[in-house]
Amino acid sequence: MLTALLAAKSLRNRLLTTSLTVTSIALSVALLVGIENVRIGMRESFSNTISQTDLIVGARGGTIQLLLSSVFGIGSPSNSVSWETYEHFAAHPAVDWTIPYSLGDSHRGFRVIGTTDSFFEHYRFRENRRIEFIAGRAPRGDSEAVVGGRVARELGYSLGDPIELTHGLGPMSFVSHEEHPFEVVGILIDTYTPVDRAVYVTLEGVEAMHEGWEDGAMPMPAFGAMPGAAGPGAVTGGDPPVEPPSQSSTGGEEQEVEAITSFFVGTRSRIDALQLQRDVNTFDREPVMGILPGVALAEMWRSVGYAEDALKIVTAFVVLVGLLGMIVSLYTSLNERRREMAILRAVGARRGRIVSLLVIESGLLAIVGCVVGVALVYILLFLGQGPVERNFGLYVPIRPLGTTEILYIGAVVAAGFLLGLIPALKAYRNALVDGLSLKV
Amino acid sequence: MLNVPELRVERGERVFLFGPSGSGKTTLLGVLAGVLSPQGGSVRVLGHDLATMSDGARDEYRAEHLGYIFQMFNLIPYLTVLENITLPCRLNRSRRARLGSEPPKEAARRLAERLEIVDLLNADVTELSVGQQQRVAAARALIGAPELVVADEPTSSLDADRRARFLELLFEICGDSGATLMFVSHDRHLLPLFDRGLSLPELNLVGHVGNAVNGSSRTGRGC
Repeated sequence: MLTALLAAKSLRNRLLTTSLTVTSIALSVALLVGIENVRIGMRESFSNTISQTDLIVGARGGTIQLLLSSVFGIGSPSNSVSWETYEHFAAHPAVDWTIPYSLGDSHRGFRVIGTTDSFFEHYRFRENRRIEFIAGRAPRGDSEAVVGGRVARELGYSLGDPIELTHGLGPMSFVSHEEHPFEVVGILIDTYTPVDRAVYVTLEGVEAMHEGWEDGAMPMPAFGAMPGAAGPGAVTGGDPPVEPPSQSSTGGEEQEVEAITSFFVGTRSRIDALQLQRDVNTFDREPVMGILPGVALAEMWRSVGYAEDALKIVTAFVVLVGLLGMIVSLYTSLNERRREMAILRAVGARRGRIVSLLVIESGLLAIVGCVVGVALVYILLFLGQGPVERNFGLYVPIRPLGTTEILYIGAVVAAGFLLGLIPALKAYRNALVDGLSLKV
Repeated sequence: MLNVPELRVERGERVFLFGPSGSGKTTLLGVLAGVLSPQGGSVRVLGHDLATMSDGARDEYRAEHLGYIFQMFNLIPYLTVLENITLPCRLNRSRRARLGSEPPKEAARRLAERLEIVDLLNADVTELSVGQQQRVAAARALIGAPELVVADEPTSSLDADRRARFLELLFEICGDSGATLMFVSHDRHLLPLFDRGLSLPELNLVGHVGNAVNGSSRTGRGC
């Protein structure tokens, strides 16, 4: 008790060096906890890109490929799923809702997704957040489009702007659907997920702009009644291939949807998801497969997870540097404290007392450093959460200390006490050499 | 290096040790205080053979029976005057036991009154003058009435008037408790005030005979 009191008073007496040491430990602990939070934020942002979807169904192929193309908007879908198959599963008794996705077009580097109102109603990310509009509404007609927040910001779109979609996914768009322009009718609020980087149209809209493209190529003038149009070079356009682009097809003639790329499924009960997945995977009329997003995301995270290990290594070094700083400062302070040690020895402090004094001091430094560091990181998280999400699209959750951090902090405190032994033994040796003489 | 064939000091004696710097005064005090071990021979103080005692037992001996006053910078800077004075009693139970039923604070107050520093008890030691600091150090050395008081040039930083007053008070309190005083200085003017003077350069050759402190250390290793 007396030793702890002496240690605390002695530390307070050397406020400047004490606070420098505490700062260096606090910074390393803050960095450690901060990195851990960012790491978990990364993982959670990743696995929360989509939520509440129980199954993603697409043409049979690679799991990751389906996940990447449908959720992250990366890569091309391998094949399509027929409308009949989609309807078959949409009517499955275990299915609560479905969101069809029709991919394959782009707009100035951003993906175009053909979907239905179901997307705006049922798509969820980060637990239970849904798609919302800054302005406008969901597309209804086959020439209406909604743009993600990022698309609107980068391309400067507002409601009513006409946009022109292109066939294909490459950034170098080669064939324009200029004969079928769309109008922006809605802009989405940022979700900080790939949702922000896409343009949403109706399934009918996708079909309409591909009217006459059934063979996968641009309709040749010979097939249509367009004397003036000569392939992609026709700027002035002319008559649309088959029928005039109707501003709203809801009331009029429905575009026949023949195929989609994939669809998301929400089941009535989570338990049904596995059974449904089996039904999808054994479906004999068309080669389709279903993936559980959670499982597929975890699998994918494992394959990119080595970045996490790198962060962990950096963290370990940060802590190491912090502790080294503590030893250095304790060790250098010993010289100026030789007199203090000699006085303590002269008034009858036992060797154990002097050793424990220094060990408790370094332990106290470590404890205070950890407390300050944790406080610092929570303050920074509180202040920085919004800006980080806005600027980097990374949502860093504010969460209580996890086991990893508690283990790390425990190790720092334990190391604080243990490393205190080094200067303590040195002090003891000094005391033996110095005797009671006072080296100033 | 210090080679003392034999040295005996009586209990209650006031001994003045003098000699030029480097003659081994501090080393001899270190041996007496049980901080330094002689390489050979024996050191008997108050019936304890310091040469054969374990480090821990010597710490215990020092805490219980010894008061030590340094030349300067005696005080722990982060403790108050009162805390500095009571420190030996708080560090060591047997020193505390010497006070009997009197609380350490009371004992400190009593000593402070005699040393004329009672107004400073709650002061920060960094605010004290050198003379005041030395009195605080004396109070700390004297608390619990140790049998042996060792003072290593405690007056060298004081002016003549304050030096005389300091010695007067020190003698008075040591006299009351019957403590033996080993006082080191290079200032020979003080010699007449003491019962006995020992020249350290001569001590290496000459032995003195008494019965309380029996030093026959041949070589004390110093630094």
